[in-house]
Amino acid sequence: MFRHMISEAPSPNEYILHHLTFLTNRSPKGILDFSAINLDSVFFSVLLAVLFGGLFYAAARRVTTGVPSRFQNFVEWVVELVDAQVKDIFHGQSRLIAPLALTIFCWVFLFNALDVVPLDLLPGAAGAAGIGHLRIVPSTDLNIVFGLSLTVLLLIIFYSVAMKGVVGFFAEFALHPLRIKGRPLMQALVAPFNIVVEFASFLARPVSLALRLYGNMFAGEMVFILIALITLSSGFAGLASLGGWVGTVGALLLGILWSLFDLFIGFLQAFIFAILTVVYLSAASEHHD
Amino acid sequence: MESIAHIEAMTVLAVGIIFGMGAFGTAIGFGLLGGRFLEGMARQPELAPALLGRAFIFVALLDAVTFIGIGFALFFTFANPFVAAVQALQPAAH
Repeated sequence: MFRHMISEAPSPNEYILHHLTFLTNRSPKGILDFSAINLDSVFFSVLLAVLFGGLFYAAARRVTTGVPSRFQNFVEWVVELVDAQVKDIFHGQSRLIAPLALTIFCWVFLFNALDVVPLDLLPGAAGAAGIGHLRIVPSTDLNIVFGLSLTVLLLIIFYSVAMKGVVGFFAEFALHPLRIKGRPLMQALVAPFNIVVEFASFLARPVSLALRLYGNMFAGEMVFILIALITLSSGFAGLASLGGWVGTVGALLLGILWSLFDLFIGFLQAFIFAILTVVYLSAASEHHD
Repeated sequence: MESIAHIEAMTVLAVGIIFGMGAFGTAIGFGLLGGRFLEGMARQPELAPALLGRAFIFVALLDAVTFIGIGFALFFTFANPFVAAVQALQPAAH
């Protein structure tokens, strides 16, 4: 509902495409171009990381065993929530897992929480400052979500190799799910089938981890854009007529309701990302046979 | 131009099928999950909070492929690669 730099309202398609375009330093040449960076996603993800790290560090510095302050209470609640789940799922010994799960949960939740900010607020302000496009939710950027999930994949490989050795890691592809003990010839015959199935499930984990988060957040943002289209051509001038009032107030109500639902979905997806990370790392660091 | 209209018509049908089948599968999955959760809660009410937490985990897992499908469907709606391919083949008109 904010006015754009141009005096007449954009067409719906233009509006949608404007809100789906990232702020890049240069447009990418082909599918894989590492020199094209989505500056807005990087800026907001780093900002949220500094915010999360700074707040939790400050809480840890001032921790007391007496009656906790409200902020310390909140931080303790979050840490205990994640810690309870990690203790339930991860049966090995590692000092990395619980802080990793906490970081993933809080960081991804902060990404998703930015979806609640009104759609045109920050892009409109950026447009007034001369920046053409701005997308503020980092988890609607495929690069960010795949960065997270590929890091988790590297950790899975690292934990597998640390527990089973390099040979054991590769042997595991040939020995699961069909394992025929004591008959190496039969095992060698089923090994190709095992390798295909295991490799598919190995790759499916980071891909599904990333796309689950991306799909949920992108669909949420898309519904916000579609709600904003209701009052796109009228803006505040729609309040002059009764039909305009219905449209404007209706869009406002829909926006509020969807914001609440999207916040819940964002919390849930962040929690799932963290829990599944712990589950995959727990499976990777199990002692086998 | 005709082939672009044809591609767009097919794309709209495909997007509808993606949304519909995703919703269909998710609805059945949630229904089964909710029913089993209620049964479990009725048998052992003291486990209800833990069961609820686990139920939400499965909700998020069930939603995953549906939302991946929605992401692809929206991609086909607004940045259709097939239309772009046809437009690249056409000589620059007007």
